[in-house]
Amino acid sequence: MNEVAAIFRQGFKAACLTVPLLIAAVLAGAMIGETSLSPDLVLSVLANKLAGADLPVDPIDQGIIWSYRLPRALVAASCGAGLAVAGVVLQALLRNPLADPYILGISAGASTGAVAVTIAGLGGGVLSLSFGAFNGALLAFGFVALLARAAGAGGGRAATAQIVLAGIAGSQLFNALTAFVIAKSANADQARGIMFWLMGNLSGVRWPDVYLAVPVALAGWLICRFHARALDAFIFGSDSAASLGVPVRRVQATLIFATALTTAVMVSIVGSIGFVGLVIPHAARFLVGSGHRRLIPTAALIGAVFLIGADIVSRIIIPGQVLPIGVVTALIGAPAFAVILVRGQRSAR
Amino acid sequence: MKIEAQNLTYSVRGKTLLSDVSFVVEPGETLALVGPNGSGKSTLMRLLAGLARPVSGKVVIAGHPVSHLSRRQIAQRIAIVEQQADTAERVTARSVVELGRTPWLSALRPWRAEDTWQVDKALQTVEMADMAHREWATLSGGERQRLHIARALAQQPGLLLLDEPTNHLDIHHQLSILNCVRILKVTTVMALHDLNQAMACDRVAVLSKGRLVSLGPPEQALSLETVSEVFGVKAQWGFSAGGTERFLSYHLD
Ligand SMILES: Nc1ncnc2c1ncn2[C@@H]1O[C@H](COP(=O)(O)OP(=O)(O)OP(=O)(O)O)[C@@H](O)[C@H]1O
Ligand SMILES: [Mg+2]
Repeated sequence: MNEVAAIFRQGFKAACLTVPLLIAAVLAGAMIGETSLSPDLVLSVLANKLAGADLPVDPIDQGIIWSYRLPRALVAASCGAGLAVAGVVLQALLRNPLADPYILGISAGASTGAVAVTIAGLGGGVLSLSFGAFNGALLAFGFVALLARAAGAGGGRAATAQIVLAGIAGSQLFNALTAFVIAKSANADQARGIMFWLMGNLSGVRWPDVYLAVPVALAGWLICRFHARALDAFIFGSDSAASLGVPVRRVQATLIFATALTTAVMVSIVGSIGFVGLVIPHAARFLVGSGHRRLIPTAALIGAVFLIGADIVSRIIIPGQVLPIGVVTALIGAPAFAVILVRGQRSAR
Repeated sequence: MKIEAQNLTYSVRGKTLLSDVSFVVEPGETLALVGPNGSGKSTLMRLLAGLARPVSGKVVIAGHPVSHLSRRQIAQRIAIVEQQADTAERVTARSVVELGRTPWLSALRPWRAEDTWQVDKALQTVEMADMAHREWATLSGGERQRLHIARALAQQPGLLLLDEPTNHLDIHHQLSILNCVRILKVTTVMALHDLNQAMACDRVAVLSKGRLVSLGPPEQALSLETVSEVFGVKAQWGFSAGGTERFLSYHLD
């Protein structure tokens, strides 16, 4: 009984720390923008919409907050959390600090899918860009998985290298396909639009996207968190994990599939936002160490807050213009990463 | 726990690495596995631990064929320390030993005081308790090896498989690890290169080119002919200065 109580106490403590931070970030996302809105206003809108209160609010402000900024912030949070957790899991499974969620060819496949729908006109204009991107992502992942399998990534030391190499081959192939379609049939405007989407774009996000992104991020998080101990056992490789009683094949298949699916959904909603899945895991590891029971929630939290922040910056940094969020994540992420790298090295000595 | 190897044969891509190896290790016994580089010691260890499947033959642990047990069930019975296992992750010495508790934990069986106690005990056994907080990257080769052994001990196995456990260890720690394994009363199979360390085990198995060429009490299994044939050295018995303890001395001819 004591143990159960202890687990709940720990969970409660963690929630006390993370939930307010998340709420604060989402509120900030709703307040800050080209027109700054006060916290009171945001809270009034929330009271009106969620609790059915009837507070007097300017309908335009209410529209901005409820229909644009809130869904944006919520999707940004889900995306940041989803990509960061996917990065943590793939880095652990592949034992490669350079692994990120796109290493399985997902972002390349998504762009091919998006291009196929918007430029090559696949589906006759009925299919949405997101739908094309999602299917392209899954197609590319399927290709990479099959290639890795054929290359003999069964088990053992070499297996993880095979997956990484198959991912690189898949990414190159699908990127070439994208370039081919663009070169063949796109006009300059379409090409520009695609480039913009590829670097990540939250401006088209609405409530239906929230209903997709939030559950997917939560489900992905739960699956990965449930496997935290198994992931810990991978630090000396998959053989060592097996000798510690981890059903290696099953865990690998489950987790790679879960991260691929999460990533594919996120990419299809917002495009491929770089750096989050690579840098946030390292930042989280720097803060709480390599134990996955703390690492996964921490990475999710940092990812969520970071992406909400990046989205805010992307909206306000150039007045009257929205920057692709991927540009912001890279501009903030790269120097932050450098700092972590240098300080991490120093403290390890 | 008793472990039986029954007619184990193993091959990779047409190359036979082990052929028709059979032996039984009784509960509590310590078996030394000796043989030249590439003779198949590590391969045999992996088969015993269920990490690789034999092409034919089977491994039976305490009456259960290993191939019928789940990974978790195997890990609750068998712990293995492999020849090379390293990590670039930033982990502490203690958390490496804590990994040994993995097969006993689950969503319904969280970490308990008992687990902490097992980890403490294992750390003390290998004399690493005062370095428990250190980071893996800052430890020496021998210290890492001792942590791997502690991790295996924390698994509370019925069978301990040690692949060259004395690798990287100084003389004091070589002797103390071997001594502790002997005291433990856990069935142990260990690959060794020092034939005189093998002499101190209950029985010795000699592997050569994937075949078991001799098996028995040390002085019988390590006869002078076997040693010279298998290892290509000239061997002779010597006595320690005190007089009673026999040891092998060898030189190239
Ligand atoms: N995957 C593999 N493919 C081909 N040959 C292999 C493979 N794994 C091992 N071998 C070969 O099998 C033989 C036995 O290897 P093993 O590692 O079991 O030797 P060992 O007795 O442990 O040697 P050492 O004393 O050097 O540790 C070696 O000749 C090795 O080259
Ligand atoms: Mg070996």
